[in-house]
Amino acid sequence: MKLSGADIIVETLIEQGADTVFGYPGGQILNVYDSLYKYQDKINHILSAHEQGAVHGADGYARVTGKVGVVISTSGPGATNLVTGIANAYLDSIPLVAICGNVPNSQLGTDSFQEIDITGITLPITKHNYIVSSVEKLAHTIREAFYIAKSGRPGPVLIDVPKDVQIAKCEYTRQNPVIPKANKPCENIDDAAACIKESKKPFIYFGGGVVSSGAEDEITKLADLIDAPIGCSLMGISAVATNHPRFLGMQGMHGHYASSVAMANADCIISCGVRFNDRVTGNKEKFATRAKIIHIDVDSSEFAKTVKPAYALKGDVKLTLQKIIASLDKTQRPDWQSEIDTYKHTEKENLDQREGMTPRNVLTLLNDYLDEDTAVATDVGQHQMWTAQYVSFNHTRRFVSSGGLGTMGFGPGSAVGSALGTGKRTVLVTGDGSFGMCLQELATMVSYNLPIVILLLNNGVLGMVRQWQTLFYEKHYSNTVLGRKTDFVALSRAFGADGAKADTLDELRSAFEKAFSTAGPFLIDCTIDKDEFVLPMLPPGGSMDDIITKVGE
Amino acid sequence: MPKFTIAVLVKNEFGVLNRVTSMFRRRQFNINSLTVSETETEEFSRITVTYEGEADFNHQIKNQLRKLPDVCKVKELEADESVRCELMLIKVKNTSDTREDIRTAADAFKAETIDYTHDSVIMRIAGDSKRIDAFITLMREFTILEICRTGIVSLERGSVTISEN
Repeated sequence: MKLSGADIIVETLIEQGADTVFGYPGGQILNVYDSLYKYQDKINHILSAHEQGAVHGADGYARVTGKVGVVISTSGPGATNLVTGIANAYLDSIPLVAICGNVPNSQLGTDSFQEIDITGITLPITKHNYIVSSVEKLAHTIREAFYIAKSGRPGPVLIDVPKDVQIAKCEYTRQNPVIPKANKPCENIDDAAACIKESKKPFIYFGGGVVSSGAEDEITKLADLIDAPIGCSLMGISAVATNHPRFLGMQGMHGHYASSVAMANADCIISCGVRFNDRVTGNKEKFATRAKIIHIDVDSSEFAKTVKPAYALKGDVKLTLQKIIASLDKTQRPDWQSEIDTYKHTEKENLDQREGMTPRNVLTLLNDYLDEDTAVATDVGQHQMWTAQYVSFNHTRRFVSSGGLGTMGFGPGSAVGSALGTGKRTVLVTGDGSFGMCLQELATMVSYNLPIVILLLNNGVLGMVRQWQTLFYEKHYSNTVLGRKTDFVALSRAFGADGAKADTLDELRSAFEKAFSTAGPFLIDCTIDKDEFVLPMLPPGGSMDDIITKVGE
Repeated sequence: MPKFTIAVLVKNEFGVLNRVTSMFRRRQFNINSLTVSETETEEFSRITVTYEGEADFNHQIKNQLRKLPDVCKVKELEADESVRCELMLIKVKNTSDTREDIRTAADAFKAETIDYTHDSVIMRIAGDSKRIDAFITLMREFTILEICRTGIVSLERGSVTISEN
């Protein structure tokens, strides 16, 4: 059948299984929105308050569902407003397809109204991008974009569609959803397996690659088989249950003490779907010097980018781990386990035992209200690290957080995507700084009556930056004391949501009771002290010897 | 620092050169020379890049380039197993005092005169980069007005091609 480009876009999205898309209309994408109107019983479009909210929504949706997130925007500012969100998805390897309108082909390159070179702008933050010059190429381009977004290491793809291409007509035939490139295990695992066999202190370290390849079970299986502890990067959180006896938690700059120390003392680190970011390694020269590193990843450009592995295994993490597991026998490592017990003991001793509205007490209380599979989204800063440290997860793909880019403002949009993707209540843990960046998405939460509990840790300062200023900048609190007069509960009501303020744990408990029984969004303005620290902390560029576990008076 | 030459076979579409060079820029690699041209088929263009860097970085850039959907093949061209060539046009000031010396030097290097005026001469020289460098050094004794070099083009020796594994 002959269809307009705009109809082809919507048809192809439906064909590819994108039943929920996020976006914001505008002049050069009007035709697509006209088609969305026509196809509204087949495709659900979520209107955000700002394009950034839409792209974070698509990102959050992709994280919790494992599907490709889709975002639609107009040209010019609509397109540039996507940039932070696309970069965010790129750094966290989230599959995303962004479709932007642009001025007609005949006007391209003339600096017309709302014309911007969005393919040029997004070149370094997409896996690939396209400008579609003719309607005949449109369906194929969208299919290829889904293929690229999903295949190998996932990531965002952008398609720029000039308005005349949306209007022009051509033949369209429905096709099946594209099948991503077949995953293969690494061919030769023998040397790596031998290394694991010889190891006295193996440590399994995993990241987001385990989530995207679905290798969660293989991680715990391998750990049981070789009697090894497990640690993860921020991107790995929730893939292994927080209370799994072998799981030591997040590793790195603000990781769990036991996890970081065990990794530093291991003689073999089995790294799965990670990229050894500076927040993980600290000083690279001093990082895990005693260990032989086995690096398993689908993307070989990660090998030796920052840390030199002894064995680089290019292949799908899940399939490669299955091969490794099949080649190993069950072994016990009691000495290593008792060493780990001492690390756990030290961590326990250093736990924050204070009473009152401490971050730990607030988030431990939150745990009481979470279901097995409640998704918890965060913004970026201290509250994010505390959530990573203290919130209990029992289901993979339920920690929705901006890892690589560290995007303040990611929270509200991603919580919308997460609530829609899971079809269940989502919690957003945020801070007064981060929330201030994209709080307009409260409108979206209200419009769609989404069950989102917003736990806003309000300390009146940019806590993470303040922490650095305290430790490394002689307490020069330059521009980090917000001292704003924002009444977040009133703000939330102004948007049509409900809210409550909590200054004590009792008040917080009753706020939670209300929040978790409200059908729509509910904001809790939770007061915490401005001088709370995220601990432990590995100073930037430091090694395990420099770890800060307590801050003196 | 070691110098590397790679040949990159890419889809013959607009913007592809930008994608390839952007990868060098993003990772802070300095390109020494770069050539692009169409190939034996309309479908592909061939980019030849020479750059300096540590071996790790070389490994990294090749892997990063291979990830680009428009890049079909990336192959490092080892000096021993490939032929290389560069072309230069050089414009030198032409005076009655220097005329003879320039001509002698050009003859020795088999540089061809392709433009000749009263006060300037343009010569064309092709060959490996060191030979061209040597010719430039020689010409510095006179007054060089302008230089334009193409950068290296290179093919592997023998019947092997980039499209084969």
